[in-house]
Amino acid sequence: MNDNILVKLKNAGFRIKNKWLVQSVSFQVEKGKIVTLIGPNGSGKSTTAKIALGIFKKIEGEVEKYTNKVGYVPQKISIDWTLPLRVSDFMVLTENIKNEDIDEALSLTGVIHLKNKNLGSLSGGEFQRVLLARAISKKPELLVLDEPVQGVDFTGEIALYELIKKISDELNCGILLISHDLHTVMSATDHVVCLNGHVCCSGSPIDVARNNEYKALFGEQASKTLAIYEHKHDHTHSNDGEIKKN
Amino acid sequence: MFDDFFIRALVAGLGVAIVTGPLGCFVVWRRLSYFGDTLAHSALLGVTMAYSFQFNIALSVFIISSIIALILIQLQKKTNLPGDALLGLLAHSSLAVGLVVIGFLTFIRFDIMGLLFGDILAVTLNDIIIIWFGGALILLILKLIWKPLFASTVNYELAEAEGLNPDRAKAIFTILMAAIIAISIKMVGLLLITGMLIIPAAMARNISDSPIKMVIFSIIGGVLSVIIGLFTSLEFNTSSGPSIIAAALLLFILSLFKIKQSVQLKN
Repeated sequence: MNDNILVKLKNAGFRIKNKWLVQSVSFQVEKGKIVTLIGPNGSGKSTTAKIALGIFKKIEGEVEKYTNKVGYVPQKISIDWTLPLRVSDFMVLTENIKNEDIDEALSLTGVIHLKNKNLGSLSGGEFQRVLLARAISKKPELLVLDEPVQGVDFTGEIALYELIKKISDELNCGILLISHDLHTVMSATDHVVCLNGHVCCSGSPIDVARNNEYKALFGEQASKTLAIYEHKHDHTHSNDGEIKKN
Repeated sequence: MFDDFFIRALVAGLGVAIVTGPLGCFVVWRRLSYFGDTLAHSALLGVTMAYSFQFNIALSVFIISSIIALILIQLQKKTNLPGDALLGLLAHSSLAVGLVVIGFLTFIRFDIMGLLFGDILAVTLNDIIIIWFGGALILLILKLIWKPLFASTVNYELAEAEGLNPDRAKAIFTILMAAIIAISIKMVGLLLITGMLIIPAAMARNISDSPIKMVIFSIIGGVLSVIIGLFTSLEFNTSSGPSIIAAALLLFILSLFKIKQSVQLKN
């Protein structure tokens, strides 16, 4: 048994009634490693993250989580504005955090000046930075980031990805990252899982980049460029998510 | 000093206000006002049970309200009816059954007005003890589940993902709602308990920028409402419940001026 494993999925899947959102997913996240999920829209990336986090409980297969120190940046978050909530209140939402740590995290993501602002008054990009700050300020063992830089400006995006890499090294935490940005994925990730309702291929970035199925999905130059990729399948999906080979 | 009925009512009312303040904030945040109404309506059935079996009223109301809450959760799981229809179904049917049972209990003289709208003359030393000890227990439990309850109120998935067990907190909060209704029924009356929960909290929302401030202002608003309401009730011989709620409404209206000011400042 490997002590470094934080969360492990074994043939995990989730379906609503008869429609599979994702099935037969296996991978593990270890301390200090970044695992990235890539794949087209609706390929089950967020669902897989929620399976790993234990938000979805009635799943097929197995999921084993070995830590409770989790930081989560969801893809979509709907907050009810009947609550009077400042950024500083939001930072201590799930755990009491020392004031210095709050300030440090907010400074790292570049939003310390918003600390006493009402959460409802932030822009999309600012809110995204606060979400990331909240997740890292807990100094978690497992960080799950579902498109953490959506809506962030271009320079900010690069800086935040560098920050994520740095956090992974400094805290020695495991990161499960969902991203559309193939360039970042290929340069900073230890393990890539390419999803399309199931695992199309997975491995180290180089292995995946050499994989024929990956090439078919993302194109030859995908590891160097932000590929606008065309999707070619060797199989199709029926309505219930079942796979049919062509 | 508790010999005077008015002092007893005041002490009891203040106890109720201190507990309804924080609970009311969650009722507003989690949109549970109709749920509170349903539990309060079912309280009538609890009162009739207490008279039928010579039982403590607060305890009986607490048990019946908890059972109604459990039935609601089961119905939500097992039927496709929308939540508000189920709440209406339970609220009115439990009220109706309560009234029918009263019809059978011809050997007891009921003060229906007192039940519906509160009766300060009826507050006994025993009630004060129940309100202050029960209330302290409610607040203590609320403090213990504050983190998961509040986090899941903001965002359920974040709370669940980061290991806070929001479902348990929600279940415990439901029981606390039944408990606050049980201890405050004599003071405010079962038709107006939800008002005592919502109106001070709504007033506090208008003048607060953080959750803790909202809780504190909600308590202060409730306490002021009880004081103003009870003095009015004594002076003009009105029912205690409506007088307290009317005072809370007055405070709410005053708080609207604060919003107007802050909107003007922004522009």
